[in-house]
Amino acid sequence: MTLVAEGAAPERMQRRELSDRAFAWLLISPALLFILVIVVWPLAETIRLSFTDATLGGENFVGIANYAALFADPKFWQTVGRTFYWMVLAVSLKLIVGLIGASLLNAAIPGKALFRVLVMPPWVIPVAIGVIGWKWMYNGYFGLISGLLQEFGLVEDRVALLATKTSAFYSAIVTDVWVGTPMVTLFFLAAMQGVSKDLYEAAWVDGASRWYRFRRITIPQIMPVIVSMALLSAIWTFNSFEIIWILTEGGPRGATTTLIIDTYKVAISSQRFGEGAARAVVIVVLLATFSLFYLWFLNRVNRQYGAK
Amino acid sequence: MIDRLTLLQKIGVYIATFFFLLFILMPFIEMIRVSLRPMSHLMTADFTWWSEDFSLQAYRDMWVTVPLLGRYIFNSIFVASAVTLITMIVVIPAAYAYARLEFPFKSLSLGGFLAVNMFTGAVLLIPLYRVLRSLSMLNTYWAMIIPGVAFLIPTGIWLLRSYLERIPRELEEAAYVDGASRLYTLRRVVLPLAAPGLIVVGTAVFIGAYAQQFLFAITFNNVREIQPLPAGLYEFIGYQDVTWNEMMAAALTGITPVMIVFLFLQKYLVAGLTAGAVKE
Repeated sequence: MTLVAEGAAPERMQRRELSDRAFAWLLISPALLFILVIVVWPLAETIRLSFTDATLGGENFVGIANYAALFADPKFWQTVGRTFYWMVLAVSLKLIVGLIGASLLNAAIPGKALFRVLVMPPWVIPVAIGVIGWKWMYNGYFGLISGLLQEFGLVEDRVALLATKTSAFYSAIVTDVWVGTPMVTLFFLAAMQGVSKDLYEAAWVDGASRWYRFRRITIPQIMPVIVSMALLSAIWTFNSFEIIWILTEGGPRGATTTLIIDTYKVAISSQRFGEGAARAVVIVVLLATFSLFYLWFLNRVNRQYGAK
Repeated sequence: MIDRLTLLQKIGVYIATFFFLLFILMPFIEMIRVSLRPMSHLMTADFTWWSEDFSLQAYRDMWVTVPLLGRYIFNSIFVASAVTLITMIVVIPAAYAYARLEFPFKSLSLGGFLAVNMFTGAVLLIPLYRVLRSLSMLNTYWAMIIPGVAFLIPTGIWLLRSYLERIPRELEEAAYVDGASRLYTLRRVVLPLAAPGLIVVGTAVFIGAYAQQFLFAITFNNVREIQPLPAGLYEFIGYQDVTWNEMMAAALTGITPVMIVFLFLQKYLVAGLTAGAVKE
């Protein structure tokens, strides 16, 4: 055996192949190049621009003036607060609705295969198309929702849901939850199907109720998926642009302006690149901090309860 | 055997499922309803569920109101397909490296790729605009394809890596012992075995590329002829007099081709996609 092994090694060398290290980097380099040109360099450039007063006309270094102006503006802090509220509320709803939906689709009833297909359409169409549908439904004159509310006597008159501040915000939340729910549901469903049947049977033999089994078996077993979907949804919801843009463009009177909308308006609509870049940097820092904190927190929880 | 649902529980599940699916499908139902009614009636009458005046007129008129509709539909599919193709070409070797090889900065660089998920194009629009301008890509298909690829690479690597990890190493080692080069092994041994995974990840990338065509299109492109469906229709939504029935008809027509393909792939896709993500 030893002889064969010793004989084989030099032969490998003779083929003059790349080392693992060089081969790996060769394989990764196209992906890396893309990320460097389209993400990393623009990110560096955004940071640089955030210290300038760049517009279409030109740019001068202005130090931290953009940040100083931003942090001194109470409206900006309102936007930050609104963005986090938007994120926490929408993500919680997506997780709850997704969990309920997955449990329903996981139930052993005839027709479940069809129901599983029917969840998917919002996920496989362009987000903007679905939002255009919602925009119609929210309109006050002939929209479905206003019509239904009147029908059931909940409102006297027609309501234009996107025209008043509070209703516009919550309408946008509903649409965001609608866009995000199918994917969350499908991932939860897949996770639920991966839970060993033996666990349920053992618990059932011991007399555990359905609800108890859900709480004590299903939830803990699919926790890793819940946790990663929560982080992914949080990032996507925080950055969600087209839903709000198509519904309200951030209005009425700023009621649906999140950080990403504010950034777009300043940087692209009014072409104040420097000020826009400062807002973009704030978004990146907030999200990075949030993600790191979240991962750190998870790690701690895992260690405390003993990771599986 | 575990306890079955009682009849009453079953009815409860059906009712709850009905409301859950109603929430999911409501916009589609409403879009269909609106597309089948004449505009004059939509605007004047109070809300009604049912009326006698259903017609397919909007499906004829929309080609006049939105003359480029056919182009928009083609553009959407073309851009998403191009993004998928390029993303897969870039992702396959990278995913293989992360699945099989040991090299310095492996987990750090993988973490770096995943961190890209924290950004969306919206944060980087200003410099991206300049990058695309200096590459002379503004107002071309590339302006929508290249950024699309970059933001789908991390997810692609992540998903495909977990597939490749499940392919037994022995096969590659056997090929190697037989004198096959590494690239040959990757092409002729690993890729055929990974075919189901490649289809799943490719479909996932396509869905991602198809769903997110709005921002880059409205920001980096103002040539109507190459606008994808969402951006093309959005232009009409902004007008004062929106012919909603035609817009809905156009939107529904536009999403139908991909929806049909998807219906054939769905079983395959969902099982595979979620298995890849859940296993980790």
